[in-house]
Amino acid sequence: MPEATENKGVLRRFLDAPPDSVGKTIFVAVTLCLVASMVVSAAAVALRPVQEANQLNDKRVNILQVAGVYNPEVPVAEAFAAFEPHVLDLATAEYSDQFDIDTFDALAASGDASVMRVLEDDPAGLGGQMQAYRMVYLLRDETGALDKVILPIEGYGLWSTLYGFIALEENGNDIFGLQFYQHGETPGLGAEVDNPRWKALWNGKQLFSEDGALAITVAKAAPPAGAEHHIDALAGATLTTVGVDNLVRFWMGEAGYGAFLERLKAGEAG
Amino acid sequence: MAQTYRSQLIDPLVDNNPITLQVLGICSALAVTSSMKVAFVMAIAVTLVTAFSSMFISILRNQIPNSIRIIVQMVIIASLVILVDQVLKAYAYEISKTLSVFVGLIITNCIVMGRAEAFAMKNPPMASFVDGVGNGLGYGALLMVVSFIRELFGSGSLFGITVLETVNNGGWYLPNGLLLLPPSAFFVIGLLIWAIRAWKPAQVEEREYKIQTVETH
Repeated sequence: MPEATENKGVLRRFLDAPPDSVGKTIFVAVTLCLVASMVVSAAAVALRPVQEANQLNDKRVNILQVAGVYNPEVPVAEAFAAFEPHVLDLATAEYSDQFDIDTFDALAASGDASVMRVLEDDPAGLGGQMQAYRMVYLLRDETGALDKVILPIEGYGLWSTLYGFIALEENGNDIFGLQFYQHGETPGLGAEVDNPRWKALWNGKQLFSEDGALAITVAKAAPPAGAEHHIDALAGATLTTVGVDNLVRFWMGEAGYGAFLERLKAGEAG
Repeated sequence: MAQTYRSQLIDPLVDNNPITLQVLGICSALAVTSSMKVAFVMAIAVTLVTAFSSMFISILRNQIPNSIRIIVQMVIIASLVILVDQVLKAYAYEISKTLSVFVGLIITNCIVMGRAEAFAMKNPPMASFVDGVGNGLGYGALLMVVSFIRELFGSGSLFGITVLETVNNGGWYLPNGLLLLPPSAFFVIGLLIWAIRAWKPAQVEEREYKIQTVETH
């Protein structure tokens, strides 16, 4: 039937064409790319809610862990309710109420201009801008007095941006713990930032020296300020170590939480 | 067809193992074998990707223009790998964090490309699928053996469950730290290749050259 052959149309013609003709080559390339991109984007969109729930849960587990109150038997959401989230204005060190706590993280992640500010000097490798507002978490003891503050920190290591939390005692000077929840450093070398033994080194260290200068250092040798400000470098991971050193010093310094830490030290925040 | 499905599945386990005989996919075998759990998930992921990419490539094999066949294979493999990565992130988040970049690197795993190019381009879909499963299992089997040795003697545990109580946790076993580092997988794989070739001398390659004794005048 001649009619039927005509009705087969463009698709049939292309399928019957010899594979090595120019038209066929372009046809296969375009069709394949279209189909593959649709499959990939459909999967990405369909699975995003589950993935985001996982990420949120993981972040909360990390906050619980860094504060030393993680218990695998207690549901995360329940344990996390003990924390008091605040959006902190880094410049004024005051809690800001211009953002909705629930949507703040998504807003910050999207790099919204109302949250970010441009960085002239960028030692932590944040890509020229930083969050001028940050979500911080307070943990109180039974009497309602401030016990710990958990501050998000991030910065560039060797391959990737390391995202983590630092937990400080209520005096804004003593470190309780530090933990990264997302990074892409070399397994076995830079990824040893996840090693419990290395993380344990942070406990009890002090950010500031007696004269109030920022003294915390991650390096091979102890700084002149003394061992209580020194965290040993990661063996075989010089650039990750430098990155962690830079990011901790950046966020604990003036451009980061400096003003807020001053208030903690004075016992005003909380 | 020269091979039965059964032999296609069993051959790659020892006789034609992608790692020990074909020496493919060594890179990822070094990276993911420090713990059995991760190696197990990686083995499943590679098996799925190899099987389905071989099948899809085989379905399309008469339509794929020769001039762009490698890139066509790559697109199919890459899409499947992204799919696996997305599913892991959604349903096995902890493991996907440990595997991190290595799931993405399945794309560059020579086994997947190797089977696509060497087998799937010339054989029907079902045979290609089975060939993919077989080679994935061969890769997985070796991964499990290597990670068994590395995890047991490197961290004193199997699948994360403590078998040998380490000194750090108050036990008696002093773990061999070298086994946790990637180079140790080279030693383990090398010793395995030696053992397999001692058991099956047919796998020993012909020497490419011979040292000759020349008479001096």
